[in-house]
Amino acid sequence: MAVLLTRKSRVIVQGITGHQGQFHTRAMLDFGTKVVAGVTPGKGGQKVEGVPVFDAVDEAVRRKRANASIVFVPAAFAKDAVIEAVEAGIRLIAVITERIPFHDALEFQPYARTKDVTVIGPNCPGLASPGQAKMGIMPNQIFKPGDVGVISRSGTLTYEIVNAISEAGFGQSTCIGIGGDPIIGTNMVEALALFQKDRSTRKIVVVGEIGGTGEEDAAAFIAKNVTKPVVAYVAGRTAPPGKRMGHAGAIIQGGKGTAESKVTAFNDAGVRVAQYPVEVASLLAAT
Amino acid sequence: MKFLEYKAKEIFSRYGIPVPRGIVASTPEDITNPPLPCMVKAQVLVGGRGRAGGVRPANGLDEARGVARQILGMAIGGYTVKQVYLEERLDIEKELYLSFAIDRSARESLLMASAMGGIDVESLPRDRIFMEHVPVLVGPQPYVWRAFRASLGLPKDVADQAVDIARKAYDLFRKEDAELVEINPLVLTKDGRVIAGDAKLVIDDNAEYRHPEYAGLDQDRTPLEEEAHEKGIAFVQLDGDIGVIANGAGLTMATLDVLNLKGGRGGTFLDLGGTDDPGKVAEAFELLLKAKPAAILLNIFGGITKADTVAVGVKQALEVMHASVPVVARIKGVNEDKAKQILRDIGMYPAETIEQAAELAVKVSHGAR
Repeated sequence: MAVLLTRKSRVIVQGITGHQGQFHTRAMLDFGTKVVAGVTPGKGGQKVEGVPVFDAVDEAVRRKRANASIVFVPAAFAKDAVIEAVEAGIRLIAVITERIPFHDALEFQPYARTKDVTVIGPNCPGLASPGQAKMGIMPNQIFKPGDVGVISRSGTLTYEIVNAISEAGFGQSTCIGIGGDPIIGTNMVEALALFQKDRSTRKIVVVGEIGGTGEEDAAAFIAKNVTKPVVAYVAGRTAPPGKRMGHAGAIIQGGKGTAESKVTAFNDAGVRVAQYPVEVASLLAAT
Repeated sequence: MKFLEYKAKEIFSRYGIPVPRGIVASTPEDITNPPLPCMVKAQVLVGGRGRAGGVRPANGLDEARGVARQILGMAIGGYTVKQVYLEERLDIEKELYLSFAIDRSARESLLMASAMGGIDVESLPRDRIFMEHVPVLVGPQPYVWRAFRASLGLPKDVADQAVDIARKAYDLFRKEDAELVEINPLVLTKDGRVIAGDAKLVIDDNAEYRHPEYAGLDQDRTPLEEEAHEKGIAFVQLDGDIGVIANGAGLTMATLDVLNLKGGRGGTFLDLGGTDDPGKVAEAFELLLKAKPAAILLNIFGGITKADTVAVGVKQALEVMHASVPVVARIKGVNEDKAKQILRDIGMYPAETIEQAAELAVKVSHGAR
């Protein structure tokens, strides 16, 4: 078992004919993902890595019974891509694209929610359920099937930590890269709720960073609702206020969103917080 | 994208939000016909200019020039005042607060208002702030304005003006892709006008392409940060002496944190992103070297990014720049052995873990080997 994404998921790739789309279609197929179609307007009829390309999402849904989509299209067209997928009946959408205007996200995120569609991201590495499927850009080789659920706002830092926990002998049920943007489709609390419910997940790792109050909300939720052990890491302890640290959402504003506040919130909720990224693995072993 | 007050007020005007009459000047001599009596206001992108003495009254032309001479060139929050705005002085009856911002948790826009304006909204008592979420898909419905009006407790004619301003501010917030539109104070004058006393506007950088008319405006960046921005590199200049470069924003932040735990201080945050294009790596390194670090700490986790191509880029950059800065590199991932060999060949210090790399970077930055 896993959350959101399983071996049964029928995945399409929006923006499959681009460099990233093509490269990661290959990697997702290698991971075992059922990539049933690609969509690029105007490129219908082609094949990419043996996967048929359609002009529109509804065609891919009709012909290939697709129910999940990974979005690689450029930022200016991402809103269009997400809403097209929602309207076509896709249930799970991972938006990899970065630098999407905030006001576009303010439109498509609530829209997807009113239709009960789960969006992961944007500005995220996607999600992976080892041994089953991957809808994302994470490197395949770092994963191992197992019972740790991973939630992270970051990309490479997640790979670093997942790699460390795999090397320490743990595996993952599902790893969700929720994204580094201010307005994300699935937040930490929602991801925690999924893992708390999932019977194949026994421990949870949360990788946070400065900016916003997602970690503080997560800590409050854990204290009330999560019975499984949680280990956390928070990046940006030395980040200066008022500066965007790479991710659009990683910014301390008006004294809010500091690493200190997040670490304290986690500690108060009984969550052990690693000082060093790879220390997450040893803390997991100790829980 | 941040806007100086006078620039923000130009945009406010375009949307029909009333603002005081004013003129902008870069030298005292530029000032010929200020609206008198006036306030002379330092134009900076950081807060706290009032406390720093950057906002002062003047009654006549000579006085205005004199005050401007004192304010121009002042340092406020680390930035030099290059322009002043001379603005009609308002007869203030009452100061209000009004803003539209993005609420990350709610994934909606947020209207905030208060009958207690003029002070920092963070320091306002929570129960004196009116807050209403506005879902952008449907926009503000009439109930929002009814509740906003009621919260102010003002007579009908001034309340009408305030609601009209709020509607226009929302219109601006949406059409200009704003992260923040803030009017503090929103002034009620003794003669019954409602007018934007100050104007704060932040437009989403991701939406820059939709607003080419604002390209090239001064931002609160250092010259190196400006150069990085033009090249599309995520870069922040910090006050330490070790240049930190990594791939991915989270990993770069984490590397800085580890360095700090090992007793070092980062001088740069440089996120290489997902690239392994040697040209791009070289470009990033050139930028890093311009920050004149005592040592460089490179941390790459190559999942998709190939470690050896990153190493080739590093080698190219160092050769082009004839740099003699010691570089500690921790490279993990695809082709890491090849990468380590390339780096060793050019005299770098390879490390196995981030912790080791950080310790080594601290050592070599002190000149030890």
